Amino acid sequence: MNAERVAISLTINNVRHDAAVEPRELLVYFLRDRLGLTGTHVGCDTSQCGACTIHLNGRAVKSCTILAVQANGAEITTIEGLAHGDELHPVQEGFRQKHGLQCGYCTPGMIMSSVYLLKNNPNPTAEEIKHALDGNLCRCTGYVNIVESVKWAAKRMRGGQKAEGGDVSR
Amino acid sequence: MFPANFGYVAARSVDEALELLAQHGEDAKLLAGGHSLIPAMKLRLASPRTLIDLGTVQGLRGVRVDGDALAIGALTVHADIAASDLVRQRIPALAAAAGVIGDVQVRNRGTIGGSCAHADPAADFPVVLTALNASFAVVSPSGKRTISVDDFFVDFYTTALGQNEILTEIRVPLPPSDAGTAYHKLANPASGYVVVSSGALVRRDGSGKSIDARVALGGLGGKPFRAAGTETALRGKSLTLESIVDASAKAAEGSDPDDDIYASADYKRHIATVLTQRALAQASGFKVETSHPQNQR
Repeated sequence: MNAERVAISLTINNVRHDAAVEPRELLVYFLRDRLGLTGTHVGCDTSQCGACTIHLNGRAVKSCTILAVQANGAEITTIEGLAHGDELHPVQEGFRQKHGLQCGYCTPGMIMSSVYLLKNNPNPTAEEIKHALDGNLCRCTGYVNIVESVKWAAKRMRGGQKAEGGDVSR
Repeated sequence: MFPANFGYVAARSVDEALELLAQHGEDAKLLAGGHSLIPAMKLRLASPRTLIDLGTVQGLRGVRVDGDALAIGALTVHADIAASDLVRQRIPALAAAAGVIGDVQVRNRGTIGGSCAHADPAADFPVVLTALNASFAVVSPSGKRTISVDDFFVDFYTTALGQNEILTEIRVPLPPSDAGTAYHKLANPASGYVVVSSGALVRRDGSGKSIDARVALGGLGGKPFRAAGTETALRGKSLTLESIVDASAKAAEGSDPDDDIYASADYKRHIATVLTQRALAQASGFKVETSHPQNQR
């Protein structure tokens, strides 16, 4: 049985997209395979690891557990939508400054969840950061530098993090 | 992973969803937040031919006071219940339970109606709603009816909902001002699902004696377990830590939990007692430590 395709229209990183999708097409594969937005990762594919985290209508959600048809009419932000040109989002910069990653696979999801946290809680404690990242698994860094990265970003976003840490040249 | 093929219809109203449900019959499933159904479909544990999406129906979201109850739209997501000042102030146990489901992203998408209709024996809402004596507003082509929580949950993944019915609202009686509520959970550290949980509603009179207590436990069987032994033992007693500990010792009395890979039946019964002590103590106004920041604010 081939199910009838469904027309959807949604805004992703401020760009409108119209498409016809199979009902069973998951949002994460729509983003990755159709639009080439491969920054959103598929880790566990069972809504546990958070590598697929995006913002849908302003909320952090797991795109492996949402059908593309359910996102009809939605406003979506992916990791590709955070930076302004060459200027990284403060949370991206924080992960760079504090080396909040090793292999990098979980990083887009970690960053999307952290951005969501800081939107709602601009000055989180380490404990609050850990709970906010409960839905994101990292299997190499041990989370210490991730928490430091988020604290760095929070400080930067509150205007208190300028020269400290300096620039990292590669 | 992909679900098997299916057809998709976005309902624009409850009436339209009812018509679609009647038209597609047993081959159709209702889709709310999808955080139970979509994983089941990806694993091919469920392969409905048609999904009827309720996410596009207006008017099924939000928390409001309606008479002597809180009325919660079936499509209200866990995060909104956990963050609702109304819920936090009037029924703290409900906010506490909503705040410990899954993780942040799951709470942003999963719905109270979806969770209840799915009736996972390791879910949080069925337990706390049993303690709170909630009821379920349901519509079908033949009209509306209300199902009490003790009738709603039937067994593992089984509710009293008929094939042609849609759950639209969960109604939770507002506890009187002399009452307290609490919910405590031991979560599986990997999945976040309930190993054992305990919800309590305690009413006391002016002298601090218990008039009435409702205690429900999760993780001990296919549906929430009413801790009748504890409820009876506490009736008319002064709410002291001693009386709470004594009553909680009977929490799992009459239950028949299974051993599983994470916990033995004996361990679950023990944890039921411990969590019931905490829930009753907190509901009675004693300070109880919780590890989750959601429950501390």
